[in-house]
Amino acid sequence: MHIVVCVKQVPDTKIIKINPKTNTLDRRSAPAILNPYDAHAVQEAVKIKEKTGGTISVLSMGPPQATAVIKKSIEIGADRGYLISDRAFAGADTLATSYALSKALERINKELQVDMVICGKHAIDGDTGQVGPGIARRMDIPPVTNVIEVSEVNLKENTVLIKRKLTNGYELIQSELPCLLTVEKEINDIEYSPMTNMIQAARYEPVIWAVSDLENVERTQLGLKGSPTIVGKMFTPPRPEGGKRLEGSADGQVGQLMEVLKEKKDLFTLQSSK
Amino acid sequence: MSEKFDVIVVGAGPAGTSCALTCAKNGLNVLLIERGEYPGAKNVMGGVLYRKQMEELVPEFWKEAPLERPVIEQRFWMMDKESVVQFGYKGLEWAVEPYNNFTVLRAQFDQWFAKKAVEAGALLINETVVTECIVENGKVVGVRTDRPDGEVYADVVVLADGVNSLLSKQLGFHKEFRPDEVALTVMEVINLPKEKINDRFNLEDNQGCTIEIFGDSTKGNLGTAFVYTNKESLNIGVGTTLSSMIKAKIKPYELLDYLKTHPMVKPMIAGGESAEYLAHLIPEGGYRSVPKVAGNGVIVVGDAAQLVNAIHREGSNMAMSSGKMAAEAVVQAHSRGDFSESSLNSYREALNSSFIMKDLEKYKDAAHTFEKYPQYFNEYVPMMNKAMSKFFTVDGTPKREKQKQIMKSVTSERGTIRVLQDIYRAWKAVK
Repeated sequence: MHIVVCVKQVPDTKIIKINPKTNTLDRRSAPAILNPYDAHAVQEAVKIKEKTGGTISVLSMGPPQATAVIKKSIEIGADRGYLISDRAFAGADTLATSYALSKALERINKELQVDMVICGKHAIDGDTGQVGPGIARRMDIPPVTNVIEVSEVNLKENTVLIKRKLTNGYELIQSELPCLLTVEKEINDIEYSPMTNMIQAARYEPVIWAVSDLENVERTQLGLKGSPTIVGKMFTPPRPEGGKRLEGSADGQVGQLMEVLKEKKDLFTLQSSK
Repeated sequence: MSEKFDVIVVGAGPAGTSCALTCAKNGLNVLLIERGEYPGAKNVMGGVLYRKQMEELVPEFWKEAPLERPVIEQRFWMMDKESVVQFGYKGLEWAVEPYNNFTVLRAQFDQWFAKKAVEAGALLINETVVTECIVENGKVVGVRTDRPDGEVYADVVVLADGVNSLLSKQLGFHKEFRPDEVALTVMEVINLPKEKINDRFNLEDNQGCTIEIFGDSTKGNLGTAFVYTNKESLNIGVGTTLSSMIKAKIKPYELLDYLKTHPMVKPMIAGGESAEYLAHLIPEGGYRSVPKVAGNGVIVVGDAAQLVNAIHREGSNMAMSSGKMAAEAVVQAHSRGDFSESSLNSYREALNSSFIMKDLEKYKDAAHTFEKYPQYFNEYVPMMNKAMSKFFTVDGTPKREKQKQIMKSVTSERGTIRVLQDIYRAWKAVK
């Protein structure tokens, strides 16, 4: 069984600051980490491999320093890693990113047939969750999103039994292989990596591919050129002002409350668009 | 099957990284294990990096290392409650290559330094705690980590695990350190715009200043405080021996708050935004506290070997030198195929004949003297302040008369014989 996990290097959004002048992310203010959902994706691949055997590859797109997240994935238990890195990929939105990754997956598939692709639910720096399904569409395999359990992998029948998280419960579905999963955090706990993995990761040199290493690439679909998304504006939401405590007699408080409600009556009427 | 390396280095601070780098450069198979998320994540120092010892490891490192400012001015303050006597030196020869020393932020510097060791071929593993040395037949043969399948083997284990060195303690190289052998230092990194720092400290962009503050900065206890300039922040901190803190019943953060609100210090940091708060023990026992540093299959370096010169606030340079010397001893042992204590003792000999043990020997009584006789900090510093105030206050008294009055007030406060004793004692301690 060959599982490919797509991973992304992201700034740690718990710490990152936004430059108030330019309203862009100040990437120097936060360390680059493996997207937490992707770490769970790698961990799930490791759990599946423990049952079925096989190979786990990780794939990422980014600048050369993104090899760090591939090494991190090797620590968790992946066997090999590929980074596609080229100026031509720069500035890609989710459409261009899923195109580039699917081209890399084509090449990986040629080297060793891919049975399953796993992605994190979304990256914490964009929260779009579009790249996973985008890859599935381009590879023409079923996308299964919001996965919270891989219940069974049946290699004889070439099927997989999966639990998906819904707003009001969960859904148990069966999919054929190959398919693409995007996983939630609750799917597993990241395990403390054994020493052998740590040494292997420290030694590992990921494979780095440029655009020219991939076949049948339509260059106009890459990077900024292939990205129809336009970011209009980025801003820090204003801090909530906090509540106000009404004091005084019960009647007095009711009176004050009525004043507040009258003052804020706009909140209770439907606004018509201008 | 667990892997076997030529050398395992525990701890990626200045000592461990220097050792790993030098071993790797000499073709040895090195594993460097760090407990922090990355090298430097858990390391603390006031912030002065010396050029000489670093240059021996990475020539012209100032061209690429993440340094803050080259230090071109060193000030010393004898501070009282509302006054300060200052002296210092500022020289532009320190503002040009090869420079004298630099201010650094360790979280960045250590990471860069460890990368150099990795580039030389060392394997670096982060977020891994070494819990003990594996000892077989009286010889250290590897380490056990807190990870699953956590055992790794090596011909030599180098312990660079810092001031408390639990690992060398487990081996019986030293006992628990006494409170007078360690100093507790607390510091803050305070963000301040570059222009403000340049104005307040009379500096250009690529020039730095260090201030060491004695006296009231520690409320008269044995210790010092410091203010160092980074590019866009200040490092401000204070430390005293743990025993002084216990005796005077002061808490470290109270001392730092006292320093930050001291009228001589407050304007320097005014308007700054506190970015980081750090605290660390510093091994200040000196010569007499240096433990056994070599055993069968094991070597101890840096803070773990108590190699700090508290009087000259030198530590990271000694760490780097000791790491390099340890590596050289390991390389020799490797070529002989003999990793016994007697073979590795060439490291101890190298230490002894270097500036490290010579300097520590020179000051072997200094800390004890100043700890035992607190008058140097709590009486002489205020006296000096009073004397200077008197001398420079223009009130119509003839200068010769003023000198007489000053001498008289010094001897009347402590007595002529005791003053002479104090001078002799201090001279003996640092001669």
